[in-house]
Order: sequence, then C-alpha cells, then structure tokens
Amino acid sequence: MKFLMILCGTLLFANAAIAVNPEEVLKDPALEARARTLSVEIRCLVCQNQSIDDSDADLAKDLRKLVRERLTAGDSDEGIKKFLVARYGKFVLLRPPVQGETYLLWFGPLLILLLGGIGVIVFVRRQRAKPAPANEAGLTADEEKRIAALLKDNS
Amino acid sequence: MRRALYLLPLGLFLWLAVYFALGLTKDPRLIPSALVDKPAPAFSLPALYDGAPGLSEKDLTGGVVILNVFASWCVPCRVEHPLWMQLSKEKILPIHGIAWKDTKSNAINWLKQLGDPYDLIGHDPQNQAGIEWGVYGVPETYIIDRAGRIRYKHVGPLYPEIWKNDLLPVVQRLKNEKKAS
Repeated sequence: MKFLMILCGTLLFANAAIAVNPEEVLKDPALEARARTLSVEIRCLVCQNQSIDDSDADLAKDLRKLVRERLTAGDSDEGIKKFLVARYGKFVLLRPPVQGETYLLWFGPLLILLLGGIGVIVFVRRQRAKPAPANEAGLTADEEKRIAALLKDNS
Repeated sequence: MRRALYLLPLGLFLWLAVYFALGLTKDPRLIPSALVDKPAPAFSLPALYDGAPGLSEKDLTGGVVILNVFASWCVPCRVEHPLWMQLSKEKILPIHGIAWKDTKSNAINWLKQLGDPYDLIGHDPQNQAGIEWGVYGVPETYIIDRAGRIRYKHVGPLYPEIWKNDLLPVVQRLKNEKKAS
C-alpha cells in the first residue's frame, strides 16, 4: 500500500524529460512558449533523430540559446528557421517543408492509397458484373445426391 | 497487356526496395553542407594565442586556403593531426584553424604537445563562428577559394587517402583557376 502511494506520488510529479536547463528559460512566458514550439521542429545534428528541445548535446544547447536570443531580439519564427537552414541545410528541419522536391514524400502515401483503392473498386465491379452460376453453389446433380445422403445419415 | 498491369505493384515494390537499400548504404552523419559554393560567412574571432592576430572571413580571401575546425577534446582531431603537421611542412597552402568549444589553455596545451600546423587560429569557445559555419561535428575541414567562397567541406577525420583522392584535386583545381583568370 505504502509502495503504491509512493508510486502514485512520484508519477504525479513525473514530467516529460526535456533538455532545457532552468537557466536557459526566458522570463517572458509567451516568448519561451514560442521558443519551445520552435525547438521541437529543429533537428539536433549530433543526435540526429532528436530535436534540440529533447537533446542534451552541447550543440543542441547552443542552438536553443541561439533560438532564444533571436526571439528576444524580435526575429520571427520563419526568420529563425531560415537562419538555421542557411547554415546547416534543410536537414536541420525535423518536419520536411511541403515544397516541390518533397511532394512525393508528403503525398506519395496518399497516391498509393488512391491507386490501391481504384484497384479494389475495379476488381469488385468486375466480380459483380460476372453472371452468377445457374446453380447457387455450382454443384453437379451427383454432388447434390451425396449431400442429401450425408444429411440423412446425420439426422 | 493485362498481365503487365498486375505486375505494376511488384514493380513499384522492387523500385522502392532498391531505392531504400541504396539509402541504407549512405552514412546519415554526412550532411551536405548548405554553404558549399557560397561566400564564407562573416565572423570574427580573437586569436587563440594572446597577442597574435585573430581570424575573420577577410583572412580567408586572396588565395586558396584551408580552414580546419578542431578541439582538444576531439579524438578524431588527434587522428588527423599528423596529416596537418605534414601539410604545413609541405607549405602547399595556408592552413587556418578554429579552436571550437574549447578552453584556451586546453587548446594551447594540445598544440604544444602535438605541434601547431596552423597559420592563424581563432578561438571560439561559445560556438559563435561555429554556428555561422554550420559546424556540427569536429573535425571539419573547408577549402576556400581565392574569392573567399567555400568550395569543399569534409566532416570527420582527414586520412591521407581522403586528402590525396578528394581534397588535393580540389585544391589543385582551385589554384589553376587562379592562374587562368
């Protein structure tokens, strides 16, 4: 019981692990919130599948600081992203932008689903259009006789 | 004709399989630099040694030069260091360095111990210039042409074969560009 209470108590205060250090947090809550949402979309280039918001790498820390400095200086979210893309390349964005070269990435799955759906519809229509066999189950007279015999045995 | 239509999904699958299989052979750590063929970014760093001249983008113009980003805490930097020592003896071209995210004393001690191949060394403990250059993992090596444009970037330790096969030809081509114009 005691164990359960302690467990519940710790879980109550459990928080998603984030890498942002207390001293990095901006005083202005609105700016800090913008910094957090922006950080989630920027890749840490050292531990590549983490955002700089998640990563504890030194480079991620530098970039978090940079994002906050530029926000405080009045830069827009797009401006900061452009700044980083110009230096680190498009790979720095965790969410690929929707543009010419990424159309296939974004809409490819939809296209495949569409093709598959068309395939299914065509197949079903064809099946329906086929004339049904004269006898429902398509059995010969001989087979009917055997079934009747089997049913009789059982009853 | 109809049979060809049935083979379409299989063909698509094979195409994707080959595409992804090729993708697996590539090193995800190698990120194409956004800066290649662009002018070197503006930066200004104090010198690592007190009293020595610092390093800025202006020092990188006028001839084909190399910029090498290093740190004393970086093990691969130690691996490539003998090559820099050798190249500095051969005097093929100026080699400038940035001591990245390192303390002054550690970087100076490191160079004392292993030798100092650099012409100018900027000290960048706060990653100011590093962010401008898009540095994400030391060592990084840049080749900069006469006009001050970045023409080549190598990430990771520079082995003699890589230097001979990949970087040296670029350096020679850029030097010839200079003569031609």
